[in-house]
Amino acid sequence: MVKRKGILYSHAFYTLLSILFGFIVGAVLLAAAGINPALAYGKLVSGVFGKYKYIVYAFVYASPLIFTGLSVAFSFRTGIFNIGAEGQYVVGSLAALAVGVLFELPPVLHVILCFAAAMAAGALWGSIVALMKTRKGINEVLSYIMFNWIAFYLSNYVINLTVIHKVGGGEASRDINPSASIIFPEAVRDIFGGNKNANLGFFLAVLVAVIVWVIINKTTLGYKLRAVGFNNHAAQYGGINSDRAVTTAMAISGALAGLGGAVQLMGMGNRISQFSAQEGFGFQGITVALIAGSSPIGCIFSGLFYGAMKYGGTKLSMVDAPQEVVDIIMGTIILFIAVSHVLRRVITAKVEKGGRKA
Amino acid sequence: MNSFITNLGLLINATMIATPPLLYAALGSCFSERSGVVNIGIEGMMTIGAFTGAVVAYYTGNGWFAFFCGGLAGALFGLIHAVACISFQADQTISGTAINFLAPGIAVFMCKALFDNSSDSPAVDTAAKIPKLFSGIFPVGSFWNNALNNYAAAYLVFVVAAIVWFVFFKTRFGMRLRACGEHPRACETLGIDVFKVRYICVILSGFLAGLGGAYVTLATVSQFRPSIIVGQGFIAIAAVIFGKFNPQGATLACLLFGVCTGLKTLASSSNVVSPNLISMIPYVVTILALILFVGHARVPAANGKPFYKAQ
Repeated sequence: MVKRKGILYSHAFYTLLSILFGFIVGAVLLAAAGINPALAYGKLVSGVFGKYKYIVYAFVYASPLIFTGLSVAFSFRTGIFNIGAEGQYVVGSLAALAVGVLFELPPVLHVILCFAAAMAAGALWGSIVALMKTRKGINEVLSYIMFNWIAFYLSNYVINLTVIHKVGGGEASRDINPSASIIFPEAVRDIFGGNKNANLGFFLAVLVAVIVWVIINKTTLGYKLRAVGFNNHAAQYGGINSDRAVTTAMAISGALAGLGGAVQLMGMGNRISQFSAQEGFGFQGITVALIAGSSPIGCIFSGLFYGAMKYGGTKLSMVDAPQEVVDIIMGTIILFIAVSHVLRRVITAKVEKGGRKA
Repeated sequence: MNSFITNLGLLINATMIATPPLLYAALGSCFSERSGVVNIGIEGMMTIGAFTGAVVAYYTGNGWFAFFCGGLAGALFGLIHAVACISFQADQTISGTAINFLAPGIAVFMCKALFDNSSDSPAVDTAAKIPKLFSGIFPVGSFWNNALNNYAAAYLVFVVAAIVWFVFFKTRFGMRLRACGEHPRACETLGIDVFKVRYICVILSGFLAGLGGAYVTLATVSQFRPSIIVGQGFIAIAAVIFGKFNPQGATLACLLFGVCTGLKTLASSSNVVSPNLISMIPYVVTILALILFVGHARVPAANGKPFYKAQ
């Protein structure tokens, strides 16, 4: 009895329940559209686990999502909701693109410089919003959303500049120089089932997740950030400069999302195409962070889950199922996680009441 | 001079095409935000409205009926947002984010399911679109034809705006909804059902956003595409902030953003300024307005805070 109560109190139980609900809602819609849910979900699974090469793709798809997930999770810990990860991701990839296209450098140095540019751009994008919040008291959710769209059109503007735009037309930028790519050399790719996009991204994501965990849990900075997140006024009373803490957190959060943009560009895309709609990596990062319960290490696993779903989703057209079912499942999961705390309160209250009666 | 007048007519025409979807959605956003519920799901609600409008018009051939159904589809997602935020006290921004995944996802999903895996819906017959007022009265290409021969729903939105203003400031319900956004606990003490008022407002916000989306597919364009709304819902929210959360302010802001879009349409044919830079204007203007003026203006005090009924 005690153990069951323990499960009913845990975050993981409600997250798993939400994921289950997500798949149920997806199945209902598939069935309503005249598609056999078992067939579609079967394709989703075999599309990811069918071949070693496919599994590697799930990791490749997951890498940028882990970064945007870390970005959102980091901001959550300070009580900030970084809905601007999308824009920071875009300016990050744009900065990496500029360095990757315009400079000729030795391989390793070039990659490092691209990452640095992406982090700086993402941090800048987050810091402007932070300054507006701390200096002028402007709600960050609103300014984040505005900056997402400014980044969107900035990217479309920049890739159409003559020095960046693809030679000979096409609605995309030039490819980054090979020295800026993080895709493994062929010999290493063979180890990963010959996947032509096997890259450094996931390893970097794990490393950064560990660093973020250390920052949050083992440093003075992390302590300050968490203190502000728990209770801003108490933290200030305790001598923490909360404005500075918030600005630092929003800048780091932006840098993480920017790095995600760089990883996607340098490991997968090689170029940036003209956007017709937002790419969604930042918004998907919100889901990753929510499923992980804002734990940095958890983001690695929830990022892998989302990456696998996204990659598996691309195979759904083979069984004539729309891949948008992945968006529907993920949206349902977020909605259920958002309401699950009430469910938890209701259920645990009932359990306690029942316990008292008995 | 002559070309100036022609261009002016074209600009008015382009503004009357760009403004209504923003304004319908912005008026919806006013209801939700003023009653104390943040609704960033407006974008998703517009998308589902756009889809529903296009599909219903395609099958029934009745533009006005399709327009209304677009509103209903938006209202359905308004209801989902209301249940999550009001009854379940969910984080309103997270619930809105979920709506922005779900609604466009369902729209494209159903589009593919209905139309042979195509993410674009088939074109709506011209007769099934919303009619234009003053068509055939002025010679084609004349200033008056450009300026006045607009879709009826474009004129309707200004009537709706006036009604919303009246409801907000001249009726008992309007006073209550504004009070619920400022001090719900006091409202409850006076016997106002805060939940009911907020439910009505959030569902209305979905309905109006749905109408805005349906306007795009039934007037501006005649089919649904996945990228048909791109950001218009967020511009509508920006207009509401810019307009200090009042319907009359939001109307002016939407007109301003509509003129920006109109200029973009005219400029893109001449290629003088990059259309991408012009597209940025509404967002940059909103940021500047936030920094310079609105930062000090008051957001409804209880905005974004879940309300718990007294036991």
